[in-house]
Amino acid sequence: MISLEISQVYFSYLNGLVLHNINLSVNVGEMVGLLGPNGSGKTTLLKLASGMLKPAQGGIKLDGYSLNSLSRKAIARNIAVVPQQFHIPFAFTTAEIVMLGRTPFLRPLADETEADRQLVDKALELVNIRELAKRRFDELSGGERQKVILAMALAQQPKLLLLDEPTVHLDIAHQTETLELVKRLNAQQGLTVIAAMHDLNLAALYFDRLILLKEGRVWADGTPHEVLTEAKISEVFSVSVRVEKHPLTGTPHIVVMPREFNKRQ
Amino acid sequence: MLPPRSNGADYLFMEIPLSCRRGIFALIAVIVMKLRRRKLILVLLLLGGCLVASLSLASAFGAVDIPLPDILKIALNRLAIFNFPTTWRGVEETIIFQVRLPRVIGGALVGSALATAGVLFQGLLRNPMADPYIIGTSAGAALGATIAMSLPINLAFLSFGLVPLAAFCGALATVFLVYNLARVGGKTPIVSMLLAGVVVSSLMAAIVALLMSISDRLQLNLHSVYSFLMGHISVTGWEQIAIIAPLVIGGVVGARFFIFHLNAFSLGEEGAGYLGIEVERDKILILALGSLLTAAAVSISGLVGFVGLIVPHAVRMSFGPDHKLLLPASALAGAAFVVIADLLARTLLAPVEIPVGVVTAIIGAPFFIYLLRHTRKEYAF
Repeated sequence: MISLEISQVYFSYLNGLVLHNINLSVNVGEMVGLLGPNGSGKTTLLKLASGMLKPAQGGIKLDGYSLNSLSRKAIARNIAVVPQQFHIPFAFTTAEIVMLGRTPFLRPLADETEADRQLVDKALELVNIRELAKRRFDELSGGERQKVILAMALAQQPKLLLLDEPTVHLDIAHQTETLELVKRLNAQQGLTVIAAMHDLNLAALYFDRLILLKEGRVWADGTPHEVLTEAKISEVFSVSVRVEKHPLTGTPHIVVMPREFNKRQ
Repeated sequence: MLPPRSNGADYLFMEIPLSCRRGIFALIAVIVMKLRRRKLILVLLLLGGCLVASLSLASAFGAVDIPLPDILKIALNRLAIFNFPTTWRGVEETIIFQVRLPRVIGGALVGSALATAGVLFQGLLRNPMADPYIIGTSAGAALGATIAMSLPINLAFLSFGLVPLAAFCGALATVFLVYNLARVGGKTPIVSMLLAGVVVSSLMAAIVALLMSISDRLQLNLHSVYSFLMGHISVTGWEQIAIIAPLVIGGVVGARFFIFHLNAFSLGEEGAGYLGIEVERDKILILALGSLLTAAAVSISGLVGFVGLIVPHAVRMSFGPDHKLLLPASALAGAAFVVIADLLARTLLAPVEIPVGVVTAIIGAPFFIYLLRHTRKEYAF
């Protein structure tokens, strides 16, 4: 079953071509990591997948319906997005922010229902931040904020979750906690996940399928073993690495070989 | 023979039949029981009470002071709810009903409209310094009013003079101009809109200044431009209220449609889009609603500053930023604030009338500084 189908998509900002002939389909229940250097088009691809940007050519379908034909509300009832960072200028509490996730389901003039409040509680519970419910969002640490935004996205009850570098502001404990939560939702509830990732090792550990982008093109698409090879990584990132085996899981583990160090040897 | 006069409120209360009094007590008891948990309704009841109190006070004081119970009785008689025996002079009833009440209610409408528009603009633009005038309504209204004052004709449209009408149209036309100037490729980025607003406002303010500086040579009578710029509630009868009230009340009620949108806009336009908001369409609707409210207020009061800026801030700091409470609470608080400010403007230095905008600034600025320094819910910039 296909959840998201991107076919022959081209996209450019005013200053140049960003994505070039992208063809991808993501099935229901997949957990996909998007990899690639800065500026390779990861964030742009996520914005296209969420309908926030419209492709210049080609089409994107969600469950067989063209994204262009769906209202923002219909999209928001199916896709939740966790961007890299939110700046919120008002002193909302955590619970109020998570309640924003219910926005696509609220009718104008109607109040939030008991069911909405329960979903908010459940989302806070899932992300393990119940104790932050009454705290003000702007007083939280970067890692806590990231979790609150994730809880908001989960309160949206999405079928497809798009994450833009979900671990970027987190320490190593919070990184694994977040990815384990997403992995658990993926395994238990069949939530489809597409996440842009910078950390290749975490991506190899938690994702079943990785897509490597270079200069707006899909360079490789497959399992971590197929994608994270020494040759492909050095082609795309222009760094020399050695790929070893993770001692526990057997997934690829990338070790950087610094150039400066080589010279001194 | 007239019964002896009393200023006490109990005097009024005793005239209500006993059964009716018991009913009122029972009703209040039930409401308090039901609402103990509902912050929203408690806050609105509290602010509604403040508004009623300020309306009563403002009706009582002026060139002629009239006892508070008489005011309430006149109002209740007029509403045909009760029929109290007339214990006051006919001239008092005329002053209350024909002169003071329209002005007091006009003040309440101005305050309500400006505070609601302030909430709409601050929420949409995510800018703590946003007020109803930020995208050019004030400058447009001032220019419209100045041009109308320079014209040697005296037109009246539905009991409105040319000046309020021109102010109303000037405000709306300016917002339309600013919005379209800021529009790039199907989108209207908020930063461009703020910049366009500043530029257009400066240009229009310059034209007003130009007209004023050459007014003597052209033999224009622009003395009332000053009064317009400082804010002055110029309601002289019920006809103006009859036109402005539906606009303002409709606008305040209409704003209720956008509470979830405004909450979602706190995440920025992109974040709001992810939550299912049609960003560009709803931006136009919220801007149009805010501008309409501002234009309605400006047409009967000139530029009363500070209300649209500080009332939403004060309410947000006291009760939190959720627009479900923020919008109606600001509408009530704004109304009470302007009614009291106008009362002070009329009475402090009587018979000289201070511009109401001066009073709102003199009360508003220190109050705002106090809020900034003394609350835990201080603003997160």
